[in-house]
Amino acid sequence: MNLLQIVNLNLQIGSLPILRDVSFSIAPGEIVAVTGESGSGKSMTALAVMQLLPDRAQVTGRILLGETDLTKVGEARMCALRGNEVGMVFQEPMTALNPVKTIGAQVAETILVHGNEDRATAMTRARDMLARVGLPEERFPLTRYPHELSGGQRQRVVIAMAIARRPRLLIADEPTTALDVTTQAQILTLLKDLVAEFGMGLLMITHDLAVVSDLADRIVVMRHGEVVETGETRALFANMTHPYTRALFEASAHIVDLPETKHAPDPILEVREAVRDYPLPRTTLFGPREYHRAVKGVSFTIRKGDRIGLVGESGCGKSTLTRAILGLERLQGGEIRAFGKPVGPGMNPALRSGLQVVFQDPYGSFNPRHKVSRIVTEPYHLIDNAPTGKAREAAVSEALTAVGLQPSDARKYIHEFSGGQRQRIAIARALIIRPELIIFDEAVSALDVSIRAQILDLIADLSRAYSLSYLFISHDLSVVRTITDRVMVMQDGEIVEEGETGRVFGDPQHPYTRTLVAAAPILPDVRHLKEALNVQS
Amino acid sequence: MIRYVLKRTLSLVISLAVASVVIFLVIEVAPGDPAAFMLGLNAQPDTVAALRTELGLDMSNPERYLAWVGGMLTGDFGTSYTYRTPVGEMIADRLWVSLPLALYALALSTLIAFPAGIYAAARRGKPGDMAVMGATQLGVAVPNFWFAMMLVLILSINLRWFSAGGFPGWEVGIFPAMKALTLPAIALALPQAAILARVMRSSLIDILGEDFMRTARAKGLTRRQALWRHGVRNALIPVLTIMGLQFSFLLAGGIIIEQVFFLPGLGRLIFQAISARDLIVVESVVMLLVFSVVLVNFLVDLTYAAVDPRLRNRT
Amino acid sequence: MKSRSLYIGAILCIVVVFGALISFVWTPFDITLMDIPNKLQTPSAVHWFGTDHFGRDIFSMIMIGARTSLAVALVAVGIGMGIGVPLGLWAAARTGGWTDEIIMRSNDLIFAFPSLVIAILITAVFGASAVNAIIAIGIFNIPVFARLTRGSALSLWEREFILAARVSGKNAIRVSVEHILPNVMNLLIVQGTIQFSLGILAEAGLSYVGLGAQPPVPSWGRMLADAQTMVSLAPHLALIPGFAIVISVLGLNLLGDGLRDLFDPRIRVERT
Repeated sequence: MNLLQIVNLNLQIGSLPILRDVSFSIAPGEIVAVTGESGSGKSMTALAVMQLLPDRAQVTGRILLGETDLTKVGEARMCALRGNEVGMVFQEPMTALNPVKTIGAQVAETILVHGNEDRATAMTRARDMLARVGLPEERFPLTRYPHELSGGQRQRVVIAMAIARRPRLLIADEPTTALDVTTQAQILTLLKDLVAEFGMGLLMITHDLAVVSDLADRIVVMRHGEVVETGETRALFANMTHPYTRALFEASAHIVDLPETKHAPDPILEVREAVRDYPLPRTTLFGPREYHRAVKGVSFTIRKGDRIGLVGESGCGKSTLTRAILGLERLQGGEIRAFGKPVGPGMNPALRSGLQVVFQDPYGSFNPRHKVSRIVTEPYHLIDNAPTGKAREAAVSEALTAVGLQPSDARKYIHEFSGGQRQRIAIARALIIRPELIIFDEAVSALDVSIRAQILDLIADLSRAYSLSYLFISHDLSVVRTITDRVMVMQDGEIVEEGETGRVFGDPQHPYTRTLVAAAPILPDVRHLKEALNVQS
Repeated sequence: MIRYVLKRTLSLVISLAVASVVIFLVIEVAPGDPAAFMLGLNAQPDTVAALRTELGLDMSNPERYLAWVGGMLTGDFGTSYTYRTPVGEMIADRLWVSLPLALYALALSTLIAFPAGIYAAARRGKPGDMAVMGATQLGVAVPNFWFAMMLVLILSINLRWFSAGGFPGWEVGIFPAMKALTLPAIALALPQAAILARVMRSSLIDILGEDFMRTARAKGLTRRQALWRHGVRNALIPVLTIMGLQFSFLLAGGIIIEQVFFLPGLGRLIFQAISARDLIVVESVVMLLVFSVVLVNFLVDLTYAAVDPRLRNRT
Repeated sequence: MKSRSLYIGAILCIVVVFGALISFVWTPFDITLMDIPNKLQTPSAVHWFGTDHFGRDIFSMIMIGARTSLAVALVAVGIGMGIGVPLGLWAAARTGGWTDEIIMRSNDLIFAFPSLVIAILITAVFGASAVNAIIAIGIFNIPVFARLTRGSALSLWEREFILAARVSGKNAIRVSVEHILPNVMNLLIVQGTIQFSLGILAEAGLSYVGLGAQPPVPSWGRMLADAQTMVSLAPHLALIPGFAIVISVLGLNLLGDGLRDLFDPRIRVERT
């Protein structure tokens, strides 16, 4: 007997088809992961189960929760089911909670909406539930407000709300995507334990195959609103009958062919005991201003030909350090030198022209009012004899061609490009004045895995063509592992470990590096899986 | 929370101090000698000098500023140049008309705007919303003093439901006094209500799109429950700002409306004072208006902290 | 729906602007001449909107009054934008510093003086005139534009394309002019239309209480003040200038809303 059965679900919003003939089922106590890239319709499938679709959505097909067809029950009955029999956890814990209500009240609300309990009973149950998800009252009183908690703690509150009435089915839509890797591991363990303890079914939506392989009993792979493959986790990974599943798997575990590099002894960038403070909001009226030390005496050197990674979780100071290296913000101690000269907000253009950057957000990195040619040539501002006229056009064409775009793209506006193409344009912009060092600041973090693999390949190709030196900043260990020769691990404003990439990830020395490596979800070894399955049969 | 209040109080005091300097300086650069003006063209120089001493005009500017501010702090607003009566008493009398009028209008405006705005937001894009939005679009465009004239024309002159103006005083009882203030309050309130309803609507629509509203629905709350329990309080934050600003507009707008209804409020006082060049009265009334604006914004800031816990830990 | 407010707003605005412009070269009657025998006439084929207590043609006065209203509001918005926008850009570029602090504190201070209060102060000192009304409304517009510009510029400064421009060595002024200003322009245009409409309302209010345009310059606000004592006798004297104000303000507001929907429906305008 299935807990949830989705049969031939079709969904369109206006005239736009979103889901086509989606069918799968979940048994009690089973974890089913729906995975796919953006636009695959995985989140819409989850919202369809909750019947929280946009107003103009039209649905055909059946969504059976036990015997009940959720597409037919109507809003009043659905309200009685939501939170009671089906709970849901969302992606963004920072915004998923009401900022003006206490966490206790918000968890108790789920209980109060559905039952006849009085307020005191509901609060007691809310307390128990919060304790169960790892927020014991001694340390996290019920009177806390969401803004007083971290992202991981807030996600625990959201989970407590979702399971407060012990629903039969829990839906988790990318529950760990916004979290750091160590927090992610904790939340995944919590979800797994809760499923086992309560005997719930879990419908887990995620883009991350590695997360899925650890957690799910069965996997549903979706693309463009259709289910392309579904199966028991190990069998699915062992066989991967559909080419898209294989492509997705390969892109997730993508290993680039990084060319040999020619090192030169001269340092491009020297960071010596760099200290960066941020003023905190004032807590006293007249007392001295207090500061948060985001970077605490960091030192390293980048030489020509270095391809070096910087990994760390959010808040570790890596973005702050990046801004200081780019000369956008002043240091409070130590120094940063590029080509032997000090780096800072007042540095001269010639010096600046040696350092360029590719940012994370493919949508925020470009002035929407400028054409690609103008965007790409912006760094020409730094050099005195920048090419003009035909020479400039030729340079733009060359840069665009180098990153795999067409010279004709120069005349287009940025909104005409996809996320992956935009990152190519960002690389073209960084490349056009041939800087000595490129800083990739989470440059592939916002991209789908298949696009991410393409951009990583592009970086490798450019490395071959232009013998690049770069600093690659990322929170994603698997990416840094393949695209760098050396890596630095940053924690709480300090570099705790540094070394050759393979060594650091293969044999981490610092306890924090070990935690990071252990927490990072990994894809299964397919060959290994196949052998194991053969032995079984 | 205490720090927050302290910091707000400090900024309140600074604002008032700076505002008083500005007002004093503006009035002081005014050409012409009030004493000479009061005594007319044929006054003897020594009579003028005596009056200057009596009015304190012979002191240096910093001395006069300190005397003025010090006086206000102890409740002494000086003596009117023309009426020779204490300015404080004149203002107090008039304030008993202007302040109740502004509060009456604020209450009306809130009572109309909140339900209208919430209703429109809940029915976004539906006919009910369109009707509210159309009405507010018109309401925003109507000058309040013209609206007042139209009210007088229809309700007083044609239908004779209200008197066309004047104020019987609070001595005759609360009901007749409030009745005399009703048309002015409506005239002030409706255009402001139109603005406030639009702010309420758009603020609430923003909140309805927030993630936590979806979370609330996922708990099993109906649309209506989610709107009332999670939406309205969050939507209040920008609405409060506008209400704070509106109070000052109601007080100042009242000055114009008082002209339509011949109400003996601050407006009348200030226009009489301007034409008589009774600058000390102008100075004090302007200072009072500015004080009330700053004070209301101070109160709004405190209300923020009550509505939004995120502000309580800040300074 | 979108284009409807834009079209209706644009048509109303064009009618008002057109009337004001034509009045420079032609009005149906000369309003400097009194015609007492024909005073207080109701609208007719000769006098489309009737005549006032001096027998002057109201249609002609409305046309010239439009000139006063538009001129005062336009210059006031110009003052507000011309001073407020650069201040806002400057404050955003120097956020957290003392320049930002001073600019924003002064803005808060100006906000404590509603335009009517500023007008009262100025009038008390310099006497009533249309120029003083412009200054009063203009001063009040400065903080509106400064705060709006600073607010949206601040969020732009955090965007990566601004960081990219800074990495390309562009200084704060160049970044503000090249990247920030064009991206806040739509917002400023929308807010500008709204402030324009508020300026017309403010001018009418000031003229009504005698703090604005002085005789013989016709103004809608003063026409209403003159009409007040005769409202039971000749209601059209009060109705027509009122309608003129409502139509101009409504037209500008609809135009502003339409432009907002055209540019970006998420734009928020302040309307107080």
